Amino acid sequence: MIEVNELSKSYGEVVAVEGVSFAVGKGTILGFLGPNGAGKTTTMRMLTCYLPPSGGQATVAGFDVVEESMEVRKRIGYLPETPPLYLDMTVRAYLRFVARIKGVTGPQLNGRIDDTMEKTGIAHHQNTVISHLSKGYKQRVGLAQALVHSPDVLILDEPTVGLDPKQIIEIREVIKGLAGDHTVILSTHILPEVSMTCEKIVIINGGRIAGEGTPESLIAQLKEGEVLRASIGGPGQEVLSMIRAMDGVIDVAVESGGEEDGVFIITSTPGTDVRDSLARQIVDGGYALRELRGLDMTLEDIFLRLTTEEVKA
Amino acid sequence: MGNFLAVYSKEMRSYFVSPVAYVIAGVFLFLSGYLFRSILMQFNMICLQLGQRAQQMGGGMPALNLNEMVVTQFFAVMDFIWLLIVPMLTMRLYAEEKKTGTIELLMTSPISSVQVLLGKFFACFSLYAIIVSLTMVYFLILEAYGSPDWGPIFSGYLGYLFLGATFISVGILASALTENQIVAVLLSFGILLMFWLIDWSASFAGPTAAKILQYVSFIEHLEDFQRGVIDSRDVVFYLSFTFFCLFLTTRVIESRRWRR
Repeated sequence: MIEVNELSKSYGEVVAVEGVSFAVGKGTILGFLGPNGAGKTTTMRMLTCYLPPSGGQATVAGFDVVEESMEVRKRIGYLPETPPLYLDMTVRAYLRFVARIKGVTGPQLNGRIDDTMEKTGIAHHQNTVISHLSKGYKQRVGLAQALVHSPDVLILDEPTVGLDPKQIIEIREVIKGLAGDHTVILSTHILPEVSMTCEKIVIINGGRIAGEGTPESLIAQLKEGEVLRASIGGPGQEVLSMIRAMDGVIDVAVESGGEEDGVFIITSTPGTDVRDSLARQIVDGGYALRELRGLDMTLEDIFLRLTTEEVKA
Repeated sequence: MGNFLAVYSKEMRSYFVSPVAYVIAGVFLFLSGYLFRSILMQFNMICLQLGQRAQQMGGGMPALNLNEMVVTQFFAVMDFIWLLIVPMLTMRLYAEEKKTGTIELLMTSPISSVQVLLGKFFACFSLYAIIVSLTMVYFLILEAYGSPDWGPIFSGYLGYLFLGATFISVGILASALTENQIVAVLLSFGILLMFWLIDWSASFAGPTAAKILQYVSFIEHLEDFQRGVIDSRDVVFYLSFTFFCLFLTTRVIESRRWRR
């Protein structure tokens, strides 16, 4: 549905986005993850035909964003970082205006507006002037604006910013409900949001893509090894050197503990499971095994690793 | 067409739900009403004085022309008030969209920038035409007590429509250049005043330059209308000026798309 090929954008000397490529299939939700200033908004603005790319190409539904911008614009709904609201209009009048300039006409118009207001939970505020709404409701009106013409592709720039936790959950449910019929790209710097709503993730940092894939594949790709957490009763130094000497163990770190008890974080080569042999050795050595479990790498770890240091080749 | 109407009605609504239209119409009508009254009182006094003199010295009352002494006078001062008012009508048209980010909605919707521009232009022009036509009441009052020649009045108003279109196009261009409404107002004042006073320097310029300077002056072309002359040269001047400014505006707005 969306194909991005070596897309770049520079503002004078400043390079905002450089050589970004990715593809999104129909009906998927793609999470666009990156720290502030990474180039998320710039990339989205190029996809929505607001900014021309300095280099590379992007197509939406098979139409080029530069050459066939009108066709692209018919097919996208876009929620910018600050919702583009006319504050002196009522919610209904505003959605009516947006629907009309998006090409919804005649008998469908009122039906579309009602549906969208229902979906985003703003129907009971339809005659309120937008400037009187709270930030959360303004954000919803912004989302409604992007949805009102039922576009194939939705591009949402930080859709949950400024909402309270309950509203965030509601908006996420709305977005999840859109998958299947709509292709969605949403940007965020909130990690749980991505793991909860998105099927695919693109991590962007410093204008370049730092990682791409499903949450699981990203974890597998970046795992340096299997990680175990073990709580062992026994003289700390002895236990440490025993574990170090084991086959397959790359690294051992002491999380807490001292002379008698210790909690150790053990990293072993990928694909090996040292749990059985570790347990045997501990028992053989006369120590007490209190806890032993595998640690999963979280999205947080991946994000930090990808955005704070150079990716290891 | 649908897109044009959507933008047009949105802009009209925005003028009338905010105090803008009412305040501007109110201030303008108050000022122009005050001026009209003053001009009328002055004419009244002159009539009285001449009548007294005719009585004392004998002889007839000189023929006083109502059009020359009231209508033309009134038009001459009203021109200048428009120069002050129109930039206030146009200042927010693009500047506000840029400031609040709604321009992003317009630019990413399947609507051409010409449709947006025409919607905004005609909304502003309609409001202008409504306020201008309200001043016709003054001439109805004149009709009740005297017998003005309606020909030059109508052609004068026609001239105002052309002048208004030109002013609005300049104001819209200024508004498209900035996201600050104060800057937009000052910029349009500057441009309008420049073209208002430009024929002044014609008196010191060489013969060719003087002709050019006179031609581009807003006032020169308006005087014909107010004398009752509808000259196609004047119409062409105002229309081409308007088109040129509107064309520049579309270029300014579109420039975002080709500035790589």
